[in-house]
Amino acid sequence: MAANTAYKPSSRTAAPARRRRGQQNPVGVFSVLSHIALAVWALLIIGPIVWTFLASFKTNTEIFGDALTLPASFGWDAWGRAWEKAHIGQYMLNTVFVVACSTAGTMLLGSMAAYVLSRYAFPGNRAIYFLFVSGMTFPVFLALIPLFFVVKNLGLLDTHLGVILVYIAYSLPFTVFFLSAFFKTLPTSVAEAAMMDGCSHTRTFFQIMVPMAKPGLISITIFNILGQWNQYLLPIVLLSGNVQDKWLITQGVANISTSAGYEADWPGMFAALSMAIIPVMIVYIVFQRQIQSGLTSGAVK
Amino acid sequence: MRHGKYPFIVGFLFAPVVLYVVFVISPYIQAFYIALTNWKGISANPQFIGLENFTRLFDDEVFWAAVRHHGVLLLVVPLATIAIALFFSFLLNLSGGQKGGQMTGLLGSKFYRVVFFLPQVLAVAIVGVLFQAIYRPDETGVINSLLAKVGVEPVGWLIEPDLALWAIMGVMVWQAVGFYVVLFSAGMSSIPRDVFEAAALDGAGRFTLFFKITLPLLWDTMQVAWVYLGIAAFDAFALVQVLSVDRGGPDNATTVLPLEIWRTAFNFSKFGYASAMGVALFFMTITFAALTLRVTRRERIEF
Repeated sequence: MAANTAYKPSSRTAAPARRRRGQQNPVGVFSVLSHIALAVWALLIIGPIVWTFLASFKTNTEIFGDALTLPASFGWDAWGRAWEKAHIGQYMLNTVFVVACSTAGTMLLGSMAAYVLSRYAFPGNRAIYFLFVSGMTFPVFLALIPLFFVVKNLGLLDTHLGVILVYIAYSLPFTVFFLSAFFKTLPTSVAEAAMMDGCSHTRTFFQIMVPMAKPGLISITIFNILGQWNQYLLPIVLLSGNVQDKWLITQGVANISTSAGYEADWPGMFAALSMAIIPVMIVYIVFQRQIQSGLTSGAVK
Repeated sequence: MRHGKYPFIVGFLFAPVVLYVVFVISPYIQAFYIALTNWKGISANPQFIGLENFTRLFDDEVFWAAVRHHGVLLLVVPLATIAIALFFSFLLNLSGGQKGGQMTGLLGSKFYRVVFFLPQVLAVAIVGVLFQAIYRPDETGVINSLLAKVGVEPVGWLIEPDLALWAIMGVMVWQAVGFYVVLFSAGMSSIPRDVFEAAALDGAGRFTLFFKITLPLLWDTMQVAWVYLGIAAFDAFALVQVLSVDRGGPDNATTVLPLEIWRTAFNFSKFGYASAMGVALFFMTITFAALTLRVTRRERIEF
């Protein structure tokens, strides 16, 4: 969706195109300038990330020396310290666990609700739909304080279960909105045929509709994984007690950057930062097309 | 066909609706009530005090500083992001001239698109930590050591009150541009090539193509972009909390409402007052979204 237009070139247009290219000599300057602009922006993005990666191999003295020198030697000490002593490994595993559960929950509950709301007529259908969709317009900061106490009163404060349930609840509005629109575009005939053959509503959903909705489900799954992985506000509020072993990655890294000052372990800080960035970068590079379309699809709709 | 329709509907809706009402709807409703109380401290009993919190907000300098910062963010971040993203997406999609009747981008378009989008997948909190090192005020900071090479004195990016907010906005733009490049690219590629062809045959140059053809046809997408960026300008919590000195400093020069809400509630336990700020934030966001959609409404160009 995000990529190039794949218009088939036709012989009809080939001739004027060639003629046009011939006229475009003064464009050389423009083209060079464009390339410079693009390259500068690309450098602005890659530069800081590469620099962080390199800084994780430096010593404290090197880090406080000239910022633009390479590390004298490449050792993985700082990485080991960040993984073990700064608990980045722990935070990472916690985050993987929480996001796996909450994304799975979001997709299951979200697609169930979206399916029923988009394909079944019943009294109150629109009311429930708008209830879900209205959640997209409210700033989460308005709900923050009561939310904290709701979670606290349920005894879920400082637990992963609490975070998972809250993640699911706050991911539902967009998921339901997006998937309802998607389920509406699917043909009704296949589901009807299945029902004729005696397939129950539930089975029709799981065995017929879910496979048919796969492209939409993949986009929104990616959207939710990234959104929940990168969440910062909810963990610092919901895991704010003395439960450092339960922290999530964003929270952990932000905290290390505050404490690196007095523990004087800057290489460890940069190693932790690299560890938080690199897995996401690898996943992004592998799935970049799906991720780009998954994240922008909401806006295009 | 009808057998078991209602049990099925109820069965499928029950869990999502309960979860949503408990964790999302009920807190939003409670927030409006809490804003009218003087609730302080976790164990204290909230007392109803009417609009007192709101009258106090009007005299609260920090509140107004935060509102002003949202105003600046609202103006600068969307404008800069959209301008840069439009420029790049035009270069990447349309400026390579025509090849076989197809508008193409410059060489390496694909690579640039992948790189530009990258910051979008990084957590804002992580980006905040990353830029602490970039912006460090002495020559150990990346920018300052580059400046030192050309003989410029180190700049206190985050510690100068006049500069700090701009430094933070720079990061916001840095992170957002790639997303909008992809968004605008999708919009541009849905413009039928005949339109460009016709214009090109009539002798339109690159600039005419951009300003007279591409921009008007992208209006809808730009409107969406403006709303998204505007809503992001009302947030900015994670970045300010992580990146700025003293969380919103120096001297409240970068503070934003979400940060004040969080601090007032969870550091000072003034839940009533913090909720009042939340309500104010809510009305600002809604007003902004409604205004944008209203003011920028134009006749849709069908193609």
